[in-house]
Amino acid sequence: MTDTNLPPLTSGASSDAPVKSKSLYALDDLTRRRNASETRFKAYGIGAIAIGLFFLIVLAVSIVSEGLPAFTKTVVNVNFTLTQEQFDAAESQLFKTKAYEQIFIGALQGQLEERGVNVPFDAAAIERIVGKPGGTIRAYFQSNPDNLGEPAGFELAASSRVDGYMNGRVTRENMTDSRFLQASDLDLVDNLVEAGVITNVFNWNFITGADSGVDNPGGAGIGASVVGSFFMMLVVLFLSLPIGVAASIYLEEFAPQNRFTDMIEVNISNLAAVPSIVFGILGLAVFIQFMHLPQSAPLVGGLVLTLMTLPTIIISTRASLKAVPPSIRDAALGVGASKMQAIFHHVLPLAMPGILTGTIIGLAQALGETAPLLLIGMVGFVARGYPEGIVAGFTDPNSAMPAQIYTWAARADYAFYEKAWGGIIVLLVFLLTMNVLAVILRRRFERRW
Amino acid sequence: MSLFWLIVIVLAIALVGYVVGRARALASAGGDMRLLHSLPSYYGSNVAMKAAVPAFLILVVWLLAQPFYVDSRISGMIPQSAISEGSSLGLVMAEVRRAAQGLDNVVASGQMTEDFARNARADFNDITARLKDAGQIVTSQITQPVMRAAQAYRVVVSTGNLIMSIVVILAAIAGALLALRETNVDFRARNTVEKGIRVALFSAALIAVLTTLGIVLSLVFNTVEFFRLYPAMDFFFGLTWSPSFSGRGGSSELGILPLLWGTFYISIVALAVAVPIGLFAAVYLSEYAGPKVRAVAKPLLEILAGIPTIVYGLFALLTVGPMLLSVFGDGGLGIMKAGTAVMTAGLVMGVMLIPFVSSLSDDIINAVPQAMRDGSYGLGATRSETVKKVILPAALPGIVGAILLAASRAIGETMIVVLGAGAAARLSLNPFEAMTTVTAKIVSQLTGDADFASPVALVAFALGMTLFVVTLGLNIVALYIVRKYREQYD
Repeated sequence: MTDTNLPPLTSGASSDAPVKSKSLYALDDLTRRRNASETRFKAYGIGAIAIGLFFLIVLAVSIVSEGLPAFTKTVVNVNFTLTQEQFDAAESQLFKTKAYEQIFIGALQGQLEERGVNVPFDAAAIERIVGKPGGTIRAYFQSNPDNLGEPAGFELAASSRVDGYMNGRVTRENMTDSRFLQASDLDLVDNLVEAGVITNVFNWNFITGADSGVDNPGGAGIGASVVGSFFMMLVVLFLSLPIGVAASIYLEEFAPQNRFTDMIEVNISNLAAVPSIVFGILGLAVFIQFMHLPQSAPLVGGLVLTLMTLPTIIISTRASLKAVPPSIRDAALGVGASKMQAIFHHVLPLAMPGILTGTIIGLAQALGETAPLLLIGMVGFVARGYPEGIVAGFTDPNSAMPAQIYTWAARADYAFYEKAWGGIIVLLVFLLTMNVLAVILRRRFERRW
Repeated sequence: MSLFWLIVIVLAIALVGYVVGRARALASAGGDMRLLHSLPSYYGSNVAMKAAVPAFLILVVWLLAQPFYVDSRISGMIPQSAISEGSSLGLVMAEVRRAAQGLDNVVASGQMTEDFARNARADFNDITARLKDAGQIVTSQITQPVMRAAQAYRVVVSTGNLIMSIVVILAAIAGALLALRETNVDFRARNTVEKGIRVALFSAALIAVLTTLGIVLSLVFNTVEFFRLYPAMDFFFGLTWSPSFSGRGGSSELGILPLLWGTFYISIVALAVAVPIGLFAAVYLSEYAGPKVRAVAKPLLEILAGIPTIVYGLFALLTVGPMLLSVFGDGGLGIMKAGTAVMTAGLVMGVMLIPFVSSLSDDIINAVPQAMRDGSYGLGATRSETVKKVILPAALPGIVGAILLAASRAIGETMIVVLGAGAAARLSLNPFEAMTTVTAKIVSQLTGDADFASPVALVAFALGMTLFVVTLGLNIVALYIVRKYREQYD
């Protein structure tokens, strides 16, 4: 640039033209504008990061606050003694469970009087709060007749609406009187809570149980689908690690420079970017339609996820093979090892920490994948129980954690949303553990050459 | 003989072959290992390899081929009259398979003798009842042709399995013997074994190609099948999406345009969120932030990329949707009717893509040579001027590539739109209305008991094909741009 291109620095310009400052201490207009735009630009950057972190925090807060209630449940504790005469009397009646319910209500009343709480209630209110307690009590004494005449404690699960009231999901403002819950019941619940009859306990069933029906959100648990995910991850691990490592070794060490190798490489990088749902279509068409493998089986889910994680594992394995310095290879070849021996005895063990880290990260990705599983039928409601044995674990219909969460989220009942958030906490705990493991592996064994 | 035992036997033969081969090699060298061409274990491995590999290959091929052979044999047995109105050969065959499976299970649990299951000719009511009692799932009434076919099916399958077992075991033994015969001092066992390993490594690499092939074939075949039942013109240019599951989907209107519009609209919203935030974050992290801020902020942002999409889906459905509804819904501006909308899904998807855009752009910005920055600073430019006038133009092709990759992610994303975008397919400009996407409809058409013969289910494959082609095209263009850019500074 030469000076001839510059506009002439004439002094007679209009008054709003930038004034060139004569002093080094006073900033002129142009500098001030440039500095302002510099500050603005920096602020945009900080703002962008702040927005990203803000979303992260909102996400974390909503997961924790919405999900934690899934781990507790509301129970009604009642202690009473049933004598042999009461048992016989109840058994002789036409509506047996009704009779037990009367005994239960009597005991509850006694317990309340003992603690100096006096609230009137009727059987209908009790049924709205704990369902029909008579059946449970009858079943208990029928199977344990020896306990007749001895004090027995009952911990009955409260209905999902009472549970919601305790968790703050149902409030006096948003509720409407229905045959499931009435405003007067909430007063009763408050009193019962004060008397220590209604308490919150840890909900083991959520962690160990299986999916319940649409009408029983209280009984739904994620245990069975955790098992499904576990078997699926076994398949993924035992297929994708050897295949991925073998493919990487071939591409990194043996592949000749030709069009076919190029094609394989292009294929792998494209597969890494294919939407996961397309892998689901592949699984449906090839494994179920064509090969007649069982539907909804963790085996098929594992196969689909294996194909999906292979590119990830291959890319990270190749990076760690590349990171091993050529001097190691040369030294091995120099003392007479064959190329195969040099790779398998020296290069591969040194690359192993990196390979394992990549594998764990690939597995974590696969664990959170939902869409392909829905297509091969691993939806939540098939997870009705634990598989019977190891082979059944691979071939029997089951669900996986993310698919189970999806099924809960897709149900209309609000009580299931809480379960879905709770399921997410469980899923994230697994993912976090895997990622921490990967970081530890990397820190502990990674070698810088 | 079950598959499990067959595999165990082949492995046992291989193991014995290993031991014998190793011993034979040592013996041929008179016990002096140094005389051998390779280490003794290579001789053993050679025998084991030649015993197991061909046997397992035969096994796999046989297992894949046998069902087709059996099906063609048995379906010839079913008379046309046995296929009732509204049914098809495929359905009858499924019934036959179920009945045969039921018989197998009952025989295995000892509730029926093998003889009876094989030869029962009369009284099908009784057999149906007995199968039902034993907890087997069969149709309400097994008809005579079905029963006959099921019995024949069992015979063919068990004969097939028997022949397969014999062939596989013979192959294993023959392989082992052949390998043992060539075992002697001068045999180059290591080279042979290493050649075998090399082939194994190559076939592992081939799986990537086979996967792509599998995807393309399964999409193409089913798409062609779909277009035979439903005109392609109506699919690509139809303005209405209203599948009807009754009457085998005869009255469905399956136009893809509303779905494509929903997909692109949501992706545009997502990119409008992700690109500015991600780009500014990348610029700040690489040009302004000190090492400490960078060490904290970068991994924190990348957590967003590691969160499973189902979590984002739930976040959209239960947190962002109601939040937007309280602002834009009836209580606020009154332009939003339900929590699920283009805006909800797009916003959440944008959040998901922030780390994707930022870490890709970060790499690209860092690849711009320091000399260019120094030159700009030397001329008196501020940092922001350097970024705007020097770094971004230099990094532009790479950033465009990154944005295209992000777009391909957004188009292929499933769970967020399934949960957050709603289910109604419509062509509308209002971002606060519920719309649906290609991926969401693939899920809804293929989950549940889909009948693969009806266009309502098959349309999912055509949708998948469209999705595959679009995302693949975007990826190829993006990779091309990124690769071309990289060559400039190397």
